[in-house]
Order: sequence, then C-alpha cells, then structure tokens
Amino acid sequence: MGNVPTTVKHCLSYEQLIEDYPWLRRWLQEDKTITGHAYPEFVKIVEVGPRDGLQNEKEIVPTGVKIQLIDMLSGTGLSVIEATSFVSSKWVPQMADHTDVLRGIQKASNVQYPVLTPNLQGFQDAVAAGATEVAVFGSASETFSKKNINCSVDESMLRFEEVINAAKKRQIPVRGYVSCALGCPHEGHIEPSKVAEVAKRLYEMGCYEISLGDTIGIGTPGSMLKMLQRVMKDVPINALAVHCHDTYGQALPNILTALQMGVSVVDSAVAGLGGCPYAQGSSGNVSTEDVLYMLHGMGIETGVNIAKVIEAGSFICSALSRKTNSKVAQARSTACCDASL
Amino acid sequence: MHGRVCPLAVSVPCCYANSAQAFPGKVKIVEVGPRDGLQNEKTLVPTEAKIKLINMLSESGLSVIEATSFVSPKWVPQMADQVEVMKGISRKPGVTYQVLTPNLQGFQAAVKAGAPEVAIFGAASELFSKKNINCSVDESLQRFDEVMKAAKEAGVPVRGYVSCVVGCPYEGKVAPEKVAHVAKRLYSMGCYEISLGDTIGVGTPGSMTKMLEAVIKEVPVSALAVHCHDTYGQALANILVALQMGISVVDSSVAGLGGCPYAQGASGNVSTEDVVYMLHGLGIQTGVDLSKLMDAGAFICQTLNRKTSSKVAQAACKL
Repeated sequence: MGNVPTTVKHCLSYEQLIEDYPWLRRWLQEDKTITGHAYPEFVKIVEVGPRDGLQNEKEIVPTGVKIQLIDMLSGTGLSVIEATSFVSSKWVPQMADHTDVLRGIQKASNVQYPVLTPNLQGFQDAVAAGATEVAVFGSASETFSKKNINCSVDESMLRFEEVINAAKKRQIPVRGYVSCALGCPHEGHIEPSKVAEVAKRLYEMGCYEISLGDTIGIGTPGSMLKMLQRVMKDVPINALAVHCHDTYGQALPNILTALQMGVSVVDSAVAGLGGCPYAQGSSGNVSTEDVLYMLHGMGIETGVNIAKVIEAGSFICSALSRKTNSKVAQARSTACCDASL
Repeated sequence: MHGRVCPLAVSVPCCYANSAQAFPGKVKIVEVGPRDGLQNEKTLVPTEAKIKLINMLSESGLSVIEATSFVSPKWVPQMADQVEVMKGISRKPGVTYQVLTPNLQGFQAAVKAGAPEVAIFGAASELFSKKNINCSVDESLQRFDEVMKAAKEAGVPVRGYVSCVVGCPYEGKVAPEKVAHVAKRLYSMGCYEISLGDTIGVGTPGSMTKMLEAVIKEVPVSALAVHCHDTYGQALANILVALQMGISVVDSSVAGLGGCPYAQGASGNVSTEDVVYMLHGLGIQTGVDLSKLMDAGAFICQTLNRKTSSKVAQAACKL
C-alpha cells in the first residue's frame, strides 16, 4: 500500500474490521435489513407471566387457575414458559403451590418449563417435582442483592454455583438472570462493567443463557445500547436475552435496540402481568402480546399465535379481576374494525 | 464487500462509538395535546383550563404548541372557544402556536384571532377522507389550495398533516406510495413541514420504515415529522426507527391526551413525557424540562378527572 500510515492500513483491512467489530460480519451476511439494521430472523420469546408476572400480583391466584393459564400458554406456540418458583413460601406466598403447579400442568413436548431455584434446597425440591430446567437470579447491584436476598452478589454466586453444579450432574440446563442491568431502585446508576461481570460469572459457571433485566424499567435505548456493548465483550450474543420492564414505557424501544445489536431472545409476560414493586400502581413486565405485534410487524418469526396469547391473557385478567396491560389486547377488544396489520 | 454499502467506510470512530446507530443531536417536539389531545377527550374543558394548560406548556421549553382548531363548533364542540383561547394565552417568545384550519373560512378566522401559523390535514386513504371530511383526497387538496394561497399572501407558514400513513380503519393497509404522493403534494403546495400520522396506531418499525423510505424519496427528510399513536403500544419503537432514518421532528401529546376514536378505551396519542424521557436517555436535546411538562400533564388530568396515559408520569409520582 506504499506510504500509508499503519493506523489507516489497520482501518482499511477488511479482516481487521471483522475482528474488531463482530457485528459487522453479521450485518454483511444478513439479508433482512430495516433502515440498514440487521434483525434476527427468529426471536425466541421466554414467557414469564406465570412466575414473574403472578409473583408481582397482589391477589393469590388459585392453583387451578395457574395450571389453566400455563396450559393455555402451552398451546400458543411459545417454546419457553417460566412455570413457578421454588422459593420459600414464607417469602413469596404466591408461589407456595410450586409443586402442585409443576405436577398439574400438561407439559407440551416442544415446550420448556423452567422454574426458579434460588438455592440448592429449592433445586432439589424442583427436581423432585419433575423440573427439567431451572433458573438462578443474580444482581448487578450489591444493595439490591442485600435487600432482596439478604446477601452480597459474591455470596449469591456461591449459592448459585451449588445449584449449577448439581444441575450439571443431572444434565439440567440452567438459565441465569441479572437484575438491575440498567439501574437500581437503591443505587441508581449501574455501571455496564458490573453487569458484564455478573453475566460473565453466571455464563462461565454454566448458565446456557443470561437474561439481562431492567428491573425498574428506567432504561432507554441509550443505556441499553451501552450496557449490551459492554456485556457482549464477555458473553456471546447468542447466549443473551433481554428482560425489559415497561414502567417508563421504554420496553419496546429497548427491545428493538437489543434486536438491532443481535439479541434474539426476549422475555415478556402475557397481559403484562406483574406490576412494579418499586413504583406502586405502575406497570412492570412488558406484554407478550405487544412484543409479538412488533416482531411480527417487522417480519420476524416467533412461532407464536398472538390471538391465542390474547385469549390466555383475557383468561388470567378475568381471573384476577383486572384489566390487561397489553395495548394490543385492549385495542383488539374494542376496535370498531380490525385494521391491525 | 463489493457492491455492499459499509457504514464504516464513512467514519469508523462514529460507528465504533455507537454501533452504527446515528441519531439527530436535537429533536423538535410538536405538542398537540391542547388540540389533537383535547379534541378526542369526551369531557368539555373550560376555556380557562385550556389557556392555563397552554401557558404551562409554554413554560416547559416546548417550541411548538398546537393551540386549537378553527373548525366549525358544530363538528367539534371541544374547539368552539377557539378565538378566546388564541386571544387568552400568554404567548411566550420563541414558541410557535399553530392552529388547524380545515378551509379558507377557518383560515381567515384564525388569522383574525392572531394565529401566527396554521395546519392543514390530508389523508393517505380515500375511504378515510370520504368518511372524515366527505370528499376525496384530491378534492381535499384542492380545498387546501385556497388556504395555501391565502397563507402565502399573508406570510403565514403552513404545516401539512397526512393521516392514515400506515393503516386505515376502513381500508386496512395503506400503500407507502400513496402516502408519498400526498406528502409530496402538500410539500409542493408550500407546506414547510409534513407530519406523517399513524392515525390508528397500527404501525410497527417494519411498516413505518417502508412508509418512510417511500416518502423520503419525495420529500426532504428535514421537512418530515412523525405523529405516532400508541394504540398498539408501538409508538416509541416507531419513533425510534424514524429518528434512525433522519427524522428530527416528533408530535406528541402531554399525558397522552386523546384516546382513539376507532377503538374505544384504547390509547391514542403518544405521551410527550414518555417521548422526552426516551430522547433524553439517548442524549438527544429537546429543550424540554420534563418535570414542568409533568406538572402540565398533572394539571390537565386533574381537570379532566382522568388518569394520565404517560407511564413516566405514573412511575415518577410513585417511586
């Protein structure tokens, strides 16, 4: 190249560019682009309504209703439904019937039913009840960890290591969650490097997927981008998921940003079940229906039948005597004409 | 790599810093709450409350506020006090108070009442045009020709709106080319800005992008705005892709005022608070003071005896 400065040569080298910017290879290979962005062709939805959703609802839902909800969701095309949590009923009375729920549901052959297992005891109970996948919850915030599960992040990792090791022996996959990925109700701003640190630990311990949770919904596409850029340096993108809360109405643009960065697993809750325990009366989980509407509108496949999810949402809202948080469900039920595309 | 456009070929540092996402540094918010918002609220709001709302909005840093509509009170009783509102508000320097003018008569009344800027509405759907204003799209544009002429003579800027840019409650899907056609007509007639409205909120980043791609071929992107409804919860995602395509003007309504007349109980306009929250989180300047904006939203919701539709407002007072 003659008298070309090294830095310029570096910039002009295609191979070097691909190495420095892994998203570029993906971008160049993807056919599907919108506004020059590449989007995944398929997005896996992880339905957390029956666990994360119901856990944050005040009214205790009868076991029969929980089972019916999960059975309805099993028929929608969803491939992952978080069924319950093997946590002490002292702390989470809503999940006291975890064993009955897990044993009572009709497990569809192509659906996974992960359950939360905060410790080894919970894991053992889950296995005894027939669980074939479990999940552990870490936090990117020390204060949140202490207030939520009464121990530091490091101490919680030791607990999870026991669970993961026990799960490995039984070949039970483990999903990891990192809460407060975009902010903490106690600490405020959370450094992306801290999120990356916790995500990396969970991944290296053996979690097959790490779901990054905006626990209080304060994230925006700006903070989501920065956090994902940092985490992607330590955890492969195809092992990442986003769990966005809609407390500030930012969930869908945050999910869109994550998709633009290559994330292809999204957590959501039917009917947007589960308020925000840190802002009473505010919404929490993003609605599965609204997420599906967006994805399908973008030509992204999910395998999920939105109308059946709306039905399941309608069922649980009726049982809870509450309105749905899903705007799609609201609009569909009152629209004078079905003009939705 | 041959034949493929590589963003990095333009500037590596820019892409490395923000992973190939470029956003405008500034976005202008066009606040439509006092007109589009209140027009779709059932409760008739007293004139003094409208004036106070507009004054509070003027203090929040917004630079454009759609104050009222010079339409016949027979059709839109909520806007019957159009003259009193225009004359009663405290006009803050640097803030533009635009008003809707559906025809020449409305335009003349607006100018007489002191309106510095007006707006006209076209539809991208023939059926919607017929059902809404009882004439075809072409006929409506001819009507507006008179308004445009009069506005040019009076030196009054005109903003153009295109409704049903993604979907129509009667026709269903709307062809992007039709939207581009109507937008181009309004622009060549002399409208300085064209606001593209997803009237029933059915758009997604997919349909929004296709529509914008078609329109940007006919109208410069700097003259375009998006007016997204949140009926299906898609507004902020749609606004995000519009920004990524170079759009830097966004319409919204304080407290998300104004439901959807085509889906009772469903939401309509996107909340200005939620839009501003997202933009500020992206480091985009708006000039708006979010807490003053929320004060204005709280005031009008109290007056209307209804809850805010803004999630930011809901969360902020509960944390």
